[in-house]
Amino acid sequence: MTKLRSKHILGISHLSAEEISFILDTAESLKEILDRPIKKVPPLRGRTIISLFFEPSTRTKLSFDLAAKRLSADSISISAKTSSVVKGETLIDTVRNIQAMRPDIIVIRHSMSGVPHLISRYIDASVINAGDGINEHPSQALLDLYTVREHFGHIEGLKVTIVGDIAHSRVAHSDILGFNKMGAEVTVCGPATMIPPYVEELGCKVSLNLKEAVKDSDVVIALRIQKERQGRSLIPSEREYSTVFGISREVMSYLKDTAILMHPGPINRGVEMSSEVVDSERSIILDQVTNGVAIRMALFTLLLADTGEN
Amino acid sequence: MTAPILFKKARVIDPAQGLDSQMDCLLVDGKVASLDKDLEAPQGARVIDLWGKWLVPGLIDIHVHLREPGFEYKETIETGVKAAASGGFTRVCCMPNTSPPNDNEGITRFIIEKAESAGLCKVSPVACITKGQKGEELSEFFDLLKAGAVAFSDDGLPVTNARLMRLALEYSLNFDTVIISHSEELSLSQGGVMNEGIVSTLLGLKGVPKAAEEVAVFRDCTLAELTGARLHIAHVSTKGSVEIIRRAKEKGVRVTCETAPHYFSLTEEVVKGYNTYAKMNPPLRTEEDRCAIIEGLRDGTIDCIATDHAPHEDLVKECEFAQAANGIIGLETALPLALKVLMRNEGFSPKRIVELMSQNPAKVLGLNGGSLKVGDPADITIIDPDCQFTYSREKVLSKSHNSPFLDESFKGRAIMTVVDGKIVFEQKG
Repeated sequence: MTKLRSKHILGISHLSAEEISFILDTAESLKEILDRPIKKVPPLRGRTIISLFFEPSTRTKLSFDLAAKRLSADSISISAKTSSVVKGETLIDTVRNIQAMRPDIIVIRHSMSGVPHLISRYIDASVINAGDGINEHPSQALLDLYTVREHFGHIEGLKVTIVGDIAHSRVAHSDILGFNKMGAEVTVCGPATMIPPYVEELGCKVSLNLKEAVKDSDVVIALRIQKERQGRSLIPSEREYSTVFGISREVMSYLKDTAILMHPGPINRGVEMSSEVVDSERSIILDQVTNGVAIRMALFTLLLADTGEN
Repeated sequence: MTAPILFKKARVIDPAQGLDSQMDCLLVDGKVASLDKDLEAPQGARVIDLWGKWLVPGLIDIHVHLREPGFEYKETIETGVKAAASGGFTRVCCMPNTSPPNDNEGITRFIIEKAESAGLCKVSPVACITKGQKGEELSEFFDLLKAGAVAFSDDGLPVTNARLMRLALEYSLNFDTVIISHSEELSLSQGGVMNEGIVSTLLGLKGVPKAAEEVAVFRDCTLAELTGARLHIAHVSTKGSVEIIRRAKEKGVRVTCETAPHYFSLTEEVVKGYNTYAKMNPPLRTEEDRCAIIEGLRDGTIDCIATDHAPHEDLVKECEFAQAANGIIGLETALPLALKVLMRNEGFSPKRIVELMSQNPAKVLGLNGGSLKVGDPADITIIDPDCQFTYSREKVLSKSHNSPFLDESFKGRAIMTVVDGKIVFEQKG
């Protein structure tokens, strides 16, 4: 494989297993740049990457920005507060104006599902989905896959359990699709009010009992819990959630001895995971963050590789 | 006074008289003057040969949005009736969610006058159940009926308070009128933008469970039984609703219902790709529901087809899915879809199509029309079942273009529409 089929990264649902492997391999070859004393290489010099964040983000925004700079691209981030959106401009007009300035890639995060797909129809630049509503967060799933592959040497055959608000998590959605495509066995677990209908269709099992769900797991991914979703309480309290679904040291004992613990961040310590578990040697949460930069470098490189260098 | 018209050798289909045979039809002074074989043309009559064409009582659509007053940039009464006439409709009933809403005599009269001056198809306003569609106090049924309203509905803002719905049904008994319910339990549907199911999970869109419709349909049928009033359920979209209404009818509850062409033609699959032209309320459901809707149309549980013609400007459709407006236009595609899906694919007879689109809608709301008895107003639709055409954007007569059927090819459509003996639409070429 020498290039991706699509010029956009809209979701894991659009990527084949072969493409995912190709992205992970590319990230692997780029990762060593992050350990150099001078962390900058020239391949994307003169390329323009614009990040549009219509939702708050620290980690993802920084990660995309750093990835662009490491590759010498010109990168600019706009957050919803500073854009014209607050002046009543439609999203499509905003995007058309940005297109008129000839960027190569637009990275977009938006609170509504399908927005990256929508704007990809109106512009020539490549679109990378940095999280759309409760739909997908493909670069997060790719960095999760990368981190697991780096740790175990493979993904196929691993037992992966995702715990938390599956229904409102774009990370869960992309992770289920990604781990399933790469041959892992995925189980989701959480309060039944947070399990979406027909989630099995995405390629996972559903378990309503945490101990059964995590039993013999190789990987446990805990998701951030927000009690209120659009004013609707899906759980009685965070306290009860942490009692029934929180990852404690006791829960960790049901996993395989070699198992690892992941979280897309930001963490509510003491809610989805106990503090001691977060800081334990089983947790590879910070590796995920490092790998995120490599994955985003890989996405930029692959999307711009074939567009006729100068 | 319009000149007499003699239609020759048409296939006349009039379920009200049990007719389906080749006949001539003479229209004089805006009325059906004669219906028989080999009629002689009177002096000055226009003679139109209809060999191979169907002559049916004018189609009636009891659920459209004409947007005037208030939203003239989406549709006006004039553009709406133009679209209606070209779709073969001789009468449409327009919903009251205008701005201001049609909750008083003045607006009802305004709509009727505007429609009369457009002079194409007849327009019968549906007025609000409650003042301002607010769900607080009943609007003045007597005044509104006197002004020309034909039924009552709060349309997309359903009466959430069950006691108030009971009162509306009871009060309707005084005037033998009909309450049309957009049955939706808002606390269940809130936040949802498409059917809750496999596709909503795949697309990461919030779903509206079928139960949001079904618990409300059940409530409304129960209240109709309690009060003995006439209830009409709008745009039935789920298998469960069909079953609830079927049971209510068996018990003798005075309930009727409609479905829209998109619910027997499309499923939630069409939403894939965040297609806002497949966004409506109630949402497109599953294949199982689509089949149950067709069975309901076949066995009579569903009385009629109504379009829920809902024009919207491009701006509110070419946008984020969650923010996109609900609804599609339907006046120009309703008959072609019925012929394609119900007649050709599902084996419905032409007579059944006419029942569903003319005779029954008239019966449901007690409207004039739906039959071609001698002396009836000459509201007639001429259908060419073999006319092939592509529904392209530039051909759309509605002011808005929000249809998921753009660029689709069809076989069969209205080629002429006659209202009170006057030809108001005639297909060119």
